[in-house]
Amino acid sequence: MALLEIRSLSKVYQRDSQAIPVFENIDLDIDTGEFLVLMGPSGSGKTTLLNLIAGLDEPTTGAIIVGGEEVTAMSRRQLAAWRSDHVGFIFQLYNLLPVLTAYQNVELPLLLTHLSKKERREHVMTALDVVGLSDRADHFPRQLSGGQEQRVAIGRAIVSDPTLILADEPTGDLDAKSADEILTLMQRLNREFDKTILLVTHDQRAAERGEAIMHLDKGVLTR
Amino acid sequence: MKIPLIYNIRSVRQRPVSTLTTALGMALVVLVFIAMMALSRGFRAALTGTGSPENVLVVRTGADSELVSGISRETAQILAGMPFVADGPGGRPMVSPEVYVLISLDRPGVGEALVVARGINPEVFEVRQNVEIVAGSMINPGTSEIIIGKSIVGRFANTQIGDQLSFGNRAWTVVGHFAAGGSAFESEIWGENEQFMPAFRGEVFQSVTFRMRDPAAFESISRALADDPRLQVDAHREYDFYADQSYLLTQILNFAAVFIAGIMAIGAVFGAVNTMYAAVGARAPEIAVLLTLGFRPFSVLSSFLFEALVISFVGGVLGCLFALPLNGIVTSTTNWVSMSEVAFAFRVTPDLLLRGVIFALVMGLIGGFFPARRAARQPIIQVARQA
Repeated sequence: MALLEIRSLSKVYQRDSQAIPVFENIDLDIDTGEFLVLMGPSGSGKTTLLNLIAGLDEPTTGAIIVGGEEVTAMSRRQLAAWRSDHVGFIFQLYNLLPVLTAYQNVELPLLLTHLSKKERREHVMTALDVVGLSDRADHFPRQLSGGQEQRVAIGRAIVSDPTLILADEPTGDLDAKSADEILTLMQRLNREFDKTILLVTHDQRAAERGEAIMHLDKGVLTR
Repeated sequence: MKIPLIYNIRSVRQRPVSTLTTALGMALVVLVFIAMMALSRGFRAALTGTGSPENVLVVRTGADSELVSGISRETAQILAGMPFVADGPGGRPMVSPEVYVLISLDRPGVGEALVVARGINPEVFEVRQNVEIVAGSMINPGTSEIIIGKSIVGRFANTQIGDQLSFGNRAWTVVGHFAAGGSAFESEIWGENEQFMPAFRGEVFQSVTFRMRDPAAFESISRALADDPRLQVDAHREYDFYADQSYLLTQILNFAAVFIAGIMAIGAVFGAVNTMYAAVGARAPEIAVLLTLGFRPFSVLSSFLFEALVISFVGGVLGCLFALPLNGIVTSTTNWVSMSEVAFAFRVTPDLLLRGVIFALVMGLIGGFFPARRAARQPIIQVARQA
């Protein structure tokens, strides 16, 4: 069953009077528990598509439905609530808040829930345990390696048990060994915890970890 | 606000130089504000402390200061015999008829300044119970001895015990110093009525002050005196009489405090605006993360406003710390009603410190609002691109 349905999605940027189409009439289904990789050259619109799925940007036309809810019909306020409940993000540059510890960074999404402090602690420690950093809970990002930072970011992405994990070049800023560890962790999230993952990358080795690969090039999406 | 406060507190600590520069700007504003208000408070306190709410001060009808008043001995005697005057030790009425004149004395380094010379009787200590001799002795009756209020001791030449002062065509020997609870009396020179009268204006007092038997009866006492055909006098509550003398100058000082601090505050607010815009700009990726995670724009706005408040709170506290040493410093000015020099101390009170901190927080709120609004209003996709 498709968790994510994209129907006739188009995105056109307007620069002054000039219309710059990114892609037109894209259709895509991602099933629950699928690990899909989206590849394509720089500027092909991979990140734009990811942002549209996350409700960070608005499509020019078309619809995105996640778990039966039409994301493209939601207000900004509804989108914020929906994102906190259903989407986990992993960025290329980790984007941890530098002044917060690993624990506090992972806890951030839970501050939007009604969980008690004790419940939040249990969730955070579980997430840090999954990413293998429970012994670094009190470390600040500057005290961690790039790979460890990205693992904290993954902990933050999974701590609220989201429906969908969106990862934008998560290994783009890592050395080969760290990148391998991150991809192995993502595979584990998919296989052991049945997380649905959409990974955007232009790294072929990263792409090979996914169950399926799609290419976005010149506005056309192909399997 | 769901974004943890520790995020802002630590972010502020991450940039100590800009935080401290902004906070110092606000601290200076708070310092000026508190200093001027403390000046105003000190002056008012000196004059309000001069009068007691239990005393009635009687001057000639229409006189708004003792300087232009005149009360005959006969009138003073009538007043002393009134039934509403409280009895002192030995059943004597608690009445203090007083001569009041301005004399010119040398103030080293400044020049001549006017000082109140007040003629008194020994009963003055019963009517004004906050007055006490703190050094030397009381005047001996029938002598050219004087006592000096402690606020002007040392501020004017020849005011030490044993010194001689010349005024009223006579030489006067300083035999004591007195305190009066920090009131304007401490800026006066007191001598015996019977010595001052011939030296100055002859057989008149300038005011008569008496203790009421029933302080709640002031209105009826005032009416009784006004209706008495033998008297041409106005009765004032002593406290109000002196407090009113402080009104104009304290109003001007208060206005100046708000006006000058207000102008300075504009600069400090711009400093805060600048700092917070820089913070918002530098932390665009962090804002993007917060918005992406699902924090609402209002949370971001509140978070950055809180940060501005943290900085301004630091500024407010620093301003208070800078202002604290002013407390108790004695300065002087001219009482525009009596035209005499009044020495008083800066009064940095807890409520003034609180006002200073609130002033700083208001500056922070204004300075932080627009940058915080910009942080909250940025289209999420624009900040996300910077992440």
